[in-house]
Amino acid sequence: MSDAGLAPGVAALGEVAAGASGDAPGRRRRRLGRSGRDAAVGYLFVLPAMAVFAVFVFYPLLRTFWLGFFRVAPYPTIPSKFVGLSQYRSVLTSHDFWASLGRTVEFVLLTVPIGIVLGVALASLADARIRGIRFFRTLYSSTVATSVAVASVIFFTLLNPTVGLFSYWLGIEGGNGILQSNTWALPAVATVTVWQNIGFTFILMSAALQAIPEDLLEAARIDGAGGRSRFWRVTLPLLSPTVFFAGVVGIIASFQAFGQIDLLTQGGPDNHTNVLIYYLYTSFQNNDFGQASVLAVALFLILLAVTLVQFRFVERRVFYG
Amino acid sequence: MGRHWGRTGRYALLAVAAVVVGFPIYITVVNSLLTPQQIAHRPPTLFPLHPQWGAFGQAFTTAHLGLYLRNSAVVTVSITVAELVTSVLAAYAFTFVQFPFRRVLFFVCLATLMVPMEATLIPNRQTIGAFGWYNTFPALIVPFMASGVGVFLLRQAFLQLPHDLHDAATLDGYGHLRFLMRVVVPLNRPIIAAFGVYAFLTAWNQYLWPLIATDSDSVRTVQIGLRQLQSLSIDQINVIFAGTLLAALPIFVLLLAFQKQLVRGLTAGAVKG
Repeated sequence: MSDAGLAPGVAALGEVAAGASGDAPGRRRRRLGRSGRDAAVGYLFVLPAMAVFAVFVFYPLLRTFWLGFFRVAPYPTIPSKFVGLSQYRSVLTSHDFWASLGRTVEFVLLTVPIGIVLGVALASLADARIRGIRFFRTLYSSTVATSVAVASVIFFTLLNPTVGLFSYWLGIEGGNGILQSNTWALPAVATVTVWQNIGFTFILMSAALQAIPEDLLEAARIDGAGGRSRFWRVTLPLLSPTVFFAGVVGIIASFQAFGQIDLLTQGGPDNHTNVLIYYLYTSFQNNDFGQASVLAVALFLILLAVTLVQFRFVERRVFYG
Repeated sequence: MGRHWGRTGRYALLAVAAVVVGFPIYITVVNSLLTPQQIAHRPPTLFPLHPQWGAFGQAFTTAHLGLYLRNSAVVTVSITVAELVTSVLAAYAFTFVQFPFRRVLFFVCLATLMVPMEATLIPNRQTIGAFGWYNTFPALIVPFMASGVGVFLLRQAFLQLPHDLHDAATLDGYGHLRFLMRVVVPLNRPIIAAFGVYAFLTAWNQYLWPLIATDSDSVRTVQIGLRQLQSLSIDQINVIFAGTLLAALPIFVLLLAFQKQLVRGLTAGAVKG
């Protein structure tokens, strides 16, 4: 299986769009006698990767589309029935699908913009040559060492309605708990996600800031631009490709956010955190493979569209940027 | 004067941000050293004056953390090694070996980047069932033994090598395997290490697939173990905190040891340097 949605993956696609996929110059076959053996070596070397991709990426991708044509019977002893496109139609026009998609978009809006703003703010704050800055940088990066599950269990326990420290500070100790609130469950899950991702966004934005040429900022300073105006007029425009990149990666990651939902709310209360990926998972757990496959196809096409936007953007950046 | 104020202000903001970002981990450490009664006590204890270390032992005995950590180590190390081997080999072939359909096959590798794991989940669960792999390590390892990201990143790096190098090595009688092991790999150690750290982190943190491909403690990884840990009752709340720390510890150590490689792995391609 591939790990699309992770940062280097999307970046890689961007690089291809930028035309970085050409052959090394001048690496032509020299002796024709070797070519047969060369071909054998070539195939032998790519075979392991190709075999894994064939069995665990391409075959299952096609099969997911195919399984969407079969409606699973309510009893496991009855075989699934071929229903053509009708299951695609019924699932993709259902209220449950659109409700889960709406919650997913809400989740993206709650996590991505704020995550990027905080990442840029932290990186700018830590972009100074002052004593002790290494300590702060390490600390801000530290959440990359936590997994989604680690972050979720920490917050779940701190939000425990009876003994959780955060519940106490929020003045709701003894109540139902924030994760059981229709209004606050999704924002709470989003907060955990933003916290868990802040280390990655910080690292990304810090690297981008360090890539900005010092003399550009110096020139702006000589022209009389103050700190604030240097940030808005010089730093931020130069940061924009990385911000865009973080946005795409963030959207994809938010569409795939599963662990935090599973550990914090299981889609509840009353479906208020039942995002698309969790809906897919519960369909699968209920053995409704037909419906789960249609949802998987929908998720795949949405993420493909987001990735292609990145693809086009990098193309433009390289040609006109 | 204004400059001095600016620096003080920056330190103040840095400190506030440090508290906000660092607090969840700090309080996890504190709570892992308290008794459940102390954790429930109000006002809360924010510093453990008399640290109790028992929760860590309990995490191993009652929550089987040792087993989960061992399983995660087996799975993660296997995936990382396999991804490195398959990616290095494929990237090498795509850079230094001429063979028919080379370009097509490279684009096939890249196409995998557009397929999220979720889109292949259901058939893959059926496939491992058909192979008899449900609840085994191969189910957790084999589907991830190749990486489109790895092939791409390493090929990009291999392309930077001066092309005379290959010609010279060929004249010296080096075969492909010798050129790969003696020249290409040593010269690209930094990017290989960066990808290795990235692969390790990704594999260690997997959640959805291990949840679906297993239901037995004997092979479940620590991320799924956390799910069990979380369901402990609140009179073992200190064990939850201690177990969570232990689950995160290997990656913390990795982060400190390989900070540079991690940064490079995470930002590869994102920033035009």
